[in-house]
Amino acid sequence: MHPTTAEHLPAVSEPVSRGFAQAWARRLSLLTESKPALIGAGLVLFWVLAAVLAPVIAPYSPNANDMAALAHPTPSSTHWLGTDHLGRDVLSRVLWGARTVLTVAPLAVLGAALLGSLLGLTAGYYRGWTDLAVVRACDIVLSFPVIILYMIILAHFGSSALNIIAVLTLTKAPIIARIVRGLTIELREREYVAAAKLRGESPLYIMLVEILPNARGPLIVDMCLRTGYNVVIIGALGFLGIGLPPPDPDWGGMVKDTYGMMSVWPHMALFPCAAISSLVIGFNLLAVGLREIGLRD
Amino acid sequence: MALTVARFVLKHVAFLLLTLLVVSFLVFTLNELSLGDVARKVLGAYATQEQVELLTREMGLNRPVLSRYVEFLGRLAAGDLGTSTRFKLPVKDIIWHRLANTAFLAALAFACIVPLSMLLGVMAGMRESSTVDRAILMFGTVAASVPEFALGVFLASVFVVALGWLPGTATLVAGGGWSVASQLVLPVAVIVLFDAGYVVSMIRASTIEVMQRPYIRTAILKGMTFRRVVVRHALRNAMINPITVILLQINYLISGVVVVETVFAYPGFGRMMLEAALFKDIALVEVGALVAVAVAVLTQMLGDLAYVLLDPRIRP
Amino acid sequence: MTDAPILALENLRVSYASRAGLVNVIPDLTFSIAPGEAMGLVGESGCGKSTVALAIVRYLGRAGRIVGGRIRFEGRDVAGLTPSELRAVRGHRLAMVYQDPMASLNPVMTVGRQLMEVPMLHEGLGERAARARALEMLAEVRLLDGERTLTRYPHQLSGGQQQRIVIAMALIAEPALLIMDEPTTGLDVTVEAAVLDLVRELRRRHGTSVLFISHNLGTVVRVCDRVGVMYAGELVEEGSIRQVFANPRHPYTRGLLDCLPSVARDKRQAPLRPIPGQAAPAAARPVGCGFAARCAHVEPGRCTSRAIAILPVVGEPGHAAQCVRIAELPRWERRLVEAGAGADRPPGRVTLRIEGLEKRYLERRGLFGSGRAPVRALNGIDLLVRKGETLAIVGESGCGKSTLAKVLTGLETATAGRVEIEGAEVGSVPVESRPLALKRTIQMVFQNPDSTLNPSHRVGYAIGRALRRLRRRPGGEDASEVARLLAVVKLPADLAGRRPDRLSGGQSQRVAIARALAGNPDVIVADEPVSALDVSVQAAIINLLNEIQAERGATLIFISHDLSVVRYLADHVAVMYLGTIVELGPVVDVFAPPFHPYTEALLSAVPVLDPDAQGARVVLEGPLPSATEIPRGCPFSGRCPRRIGVICDETPPPTRQLSSGHRIVCHIEAEELRELQRAGDPVTRRSG
Repeated sequence: MHPTTAEHLPAVSEPVSRGFAQAWARRLSLLTESKPALIGAGLVLFWVLAAVLAPVIAPYSPNANDMAALAHPTPSSTHWLGTDHLGRDVLSRVLWGARTVLTVAPLAVLGAALLGSLLGLTAGYYRGWTDLAVVRACDIVLSFPVIILYMIILAHFGSSALNIIAVLTLTKAPIIARIVRGLTIELREREYVAAAKLRGESPLYIMLVEILPNARGPLIVDMCLRTGYNVVIIGALGFLGIGLPPPDPDWGGMVKDTYGMMSVWPHMALFPCAAISSLVIGFNLLAVGLREIGLRD
Repeated sequence: MALTVARFVLKHVAFLLLTLLVVSFLVFTLNELSLGDVARKVLGAYATQEQVELLTREMGLNRPVLSRYVEFLGRLAAGDLGTSTRFKLPVKDIIWHRLANTAFLAALAFACIVPLSMLLGVMAGMRESSTVDRAILMFGTVAASVPEFALGVFLASVFVVALGWLPGTATLVAGGGWSVASQLVLPVAVIVLFDAGYVVSMIRASTIEVMQRPYIRTAILKGMTFRRVVVRHALRNAMINPITVILLQINYLISGVVVVETVFAYPGFGRMMLEAALFKDIALVEVGALVAVAVAVLTQMLGDLAYVLLDPRIRP
Repeated sequence: MTDAPILALENLRVSYASRAGLVNVIPDLTFSIAPGEAMGLVGESGCGKSTVALAIVRYLGRAGRIVGGRIRFEGRDVAGLTPSELRAVRGHRLAMVYQDPMASLNPVMTVGRQLMEVPMLHEGLGERAARARALEMLAEVRLLDGERTLTRYPHQLSGGQQQRIVIAMALIAEPALLIMDEPTTGLDVTVEAAVLDLVRELRRRHGTSVLFISHNLGTVVRVCDRVGVMYAGELVEEGSIRQVFANPRHPYTRGLLDCLPSVARDKRQAPLRPIPGQAAPAAARPVGCGFAARCAHVEPGRCTSRAIAILPVVGEPGHAAQCVRIAELPRWERRLVEAGAGADRPPGRVTLRIEGLEKRYLERRGLFGSGRAPVRALNGIDLLVRKGETLAIVGESGCGKSTLAKVLTGLETATAGRVEIEGAEVGSVPVESRPLALKRTIQMVFQNPDSTLNPSHRVGYAIGRALRRLRRRPGGEDASEVARLLAVVKLPADLAGRRPDRLSGGQSQRVAIARALAGNPDVIVADEPVSALDVSVQAAIINLLNEIQAERGATLIFISHDLSVVRYLADHVAVMYLGTIVELGPVVDVFAPPFHPYTEALLSAVPVLDPDAQGARVVLEGPLPSATEIPRGCPFSGRCPRRIGVICDETPPPTRQLSSGHRIVCHIEAEELRELQRAGDPVTRRSG
């Protein structure tokens, strides 16, 4: 009787993205809009490539001692970045060191993200006692000064890659849990969550399919930052002597062994310092850039 | 109002005690997992097995955990903090001294970090995407990215090796022609750079968010100068979130600066803990952990208090 | 006395810089406001009216700029002012009132200080003098207890009080022009009425010129002398209130009036006619008339070949419209239709039965408070709804209507009382425990089109998931079912591949309706489904709901604060206040005297479009009380203009049954109420 008229489609400025590849191409092109993101991505990519290709492009084995070079350890045509106090080629050690760092740090972040997301989702969704317990537990873990915790745990259990990943996961998970919890508390009030309940969705579905995807943005930015901080911590642990056990080249460990000789041979410590700094700068710039892009959308 | 403050303090003190209890128990239990090493460490690598077991029994390390834990609490309450096996001195002779050293360094650093980061953070945030903002953002990001030891190495290579203006170590013993004050410059500089970088980013982000709020538009459209709008209206709002972060830095400054202390051989709390942990000096580790946690919870309490004082929306 | 206009826009052209280049939002705008005059600017979202306001105060932000034309304020070109001249004008000669008063006030500064800032800044007053001035201003905006209010923070005040503060802040320096940008949007109806009244009075007293921007035409009628209608950045019609609303000449204005429900008429008599199509985005402005694509009177060629001139209306000085057919269109009248078949439908069986429903929350007060003040959201609700009927639930914020919806659908459970749907007791059964059949039976449509759909899911997935969960259909048949449901809500099938961020508000709401229909529900609960939509879109959605209900014989529970929509759509109406139903009955009976005093106030607060029908108004003073402090007697006694004495505060009022299912809960006898209200008895204002 009374016509209900159809609304015509609004003129869309971008075509509906079809296909996985095109969606990713669009995201990558967005990346280029932010200079920090570009530089950051470039730095990270550089080190990832270095890590992956280390066995191929490193001129020497990282633990090979070149006794002849000990007389002149400074950079030369045979050793582009010089050698350390044991005659090992710095360039090779730096390249191989990237492998260790870039395996441990991201794995730890992934572990923290998984654990933290689960904790945050459950706490934020159920509230009540679960929430209280999770929050208090996180507070206790977070109130513990991190380095002290590392020292105690690693001194007792020894340091291996697995232990470091485990410790990093446990100590970083609460931070992520807090973020996810905050987002969950906000998102669970959304009407689409109520709609999901009305059609009988289980809490697990709601948490993982309705809420989590919408927490993606801040979570990704934070994971980027976490990876950067993890690299710093791994370096610091190595510097303090409780990092990965020798002879695996570890940037922090390299600095620890050689900074005492800085007045004579500064290059031995400077190059690994530059390496770790540039990698972390890369991650942090990437995070800054991603945040900018996210805000602009 | 007084009642609510009292309730607030009570709640936090209760949490502090709970945390201390939980943490101390955890640390205690961890030690339980490597008993033999303690005695061995004390006696040295050449001790025989019988000697190790004898010492273990003498030190009472083979009794059940719970009873030892209760005893430990009892001793603490009585004021007996135990003896350090690493330094061969009563714990209380070492710990407070080292804590004081670190606290001194922390105070110096804090006094620089707070005004510096507030100034830079607000300057950056109040005009987002301006040249000033980009510059400060880059500076903050880079400074917070370079690990402390790397910062130490870089600064040392310039000021100690190349220029020779400052000493390379900070043992707090005036000697070799370097005054104590000059020894502190580099450690403080490293801490300030690294930490301020992080705090600046937080304050900047908070300021940016506040500047986009409608009440800033209201203030501008009242006809105020931009500077006045920022100082009178934006500042307090922008500091609400960062204030807790800033106060949490105190926690980092006490326990987290072990790396800086190591670089410059500074006799601080963090280095003490490191050596104690490596040496399995139980007494020192346990008391040290308690102190560190107490500092952490206290600073958290300060942070919460500051938050309440700044934001009237929290008060009923 | 009148000479130069206070404000004059001359061929204003405003554009925004975007990723796609410069987008022209306002192509060519000209109007002026005389001293002491109040001009309204109406239009739907995106028409550019807020941009005009921001351009006048030169606060377009980094992306917006004035690329042509001139804005003259008090004779001076606004764009030519130096920064210090601009600062002297802002807040002093030219002041602004905004839409969201809570967000527009600094949360960490006392209200008093924010008020005092203005005269201290512009007139150099000292603290004491500024304080005195602030107190004067608070009295003028009828905020009692000025001393105490000065020390309060914004979050401690109600929405209406906050807006009065913003108005006080704007007027305290005696500006020549007051710009009000959607000042009452988001306020409750009775609060809105009070604020509009206040604006009228202040205007009269101070002689301030006003530019009143709103999407709600009724509010403009209350406050303004003249009105301009904007569409897609252009002023399509302008004239005095009487001229434009009694004799609209532009098809868009006529379209808007056609799709507005009125409190006097219902769906059977005067159908809503939505405006088809959608406004073109600013980047794709068509040649010729911007409205041509949606116009019922369009003549291709005449209307679409070149820019349309603004033509005066013959015989009405000051009235003009931007239409080539201005003189050819017939006089506008709301179409009346014979009462349809629906009027004589036999009442169906009882679908929904609610008895003595109560719902209490325990709410923690403050950060430190261990004191828990119970929120009594529902206090004894009794309702009967029959199959195929539309029951509307009306009330303002805090009345409990949303809580009632949640209890019905199982998102909350009742604290006491019975709720029966198709005979099954469900009041204490949360939705997680309800059997599938029950979940299918009752579904809900929500208020906010931006959050009713999950932004990460495509439309097809959302509807398909509902199908799968509610109907347990095997996966293969989904796509065609989804397409069918989309067709029911008049959306094209290929919309299934879109994400919600590519949908308009109306489209999102239609998808939400399709999702709710997935299980073929018998009862649909719609919680303010059109409140957040543009007027022309509202009409389409309302018609859609009507049609769906008629076709399926479903029962519709329609929750709203908008009385005109309720009048249009409902068969029965329940008026709620603080958790109680104060009046219930067939729509015709509820909207005619005798009214419950609250219903009376609501009706009188509804902004009416007819400039002649500005009858005696009941204005409620004071904010809505909180649901933690409900008085012992009648919940409305605190604000009731017809309160007869202590009995209203102490004793719960009796339920008075009138004719067929019409009941009023009041201490005053029904006959007495009828007498008082028929006579248009000027109600003594109650303060406090």
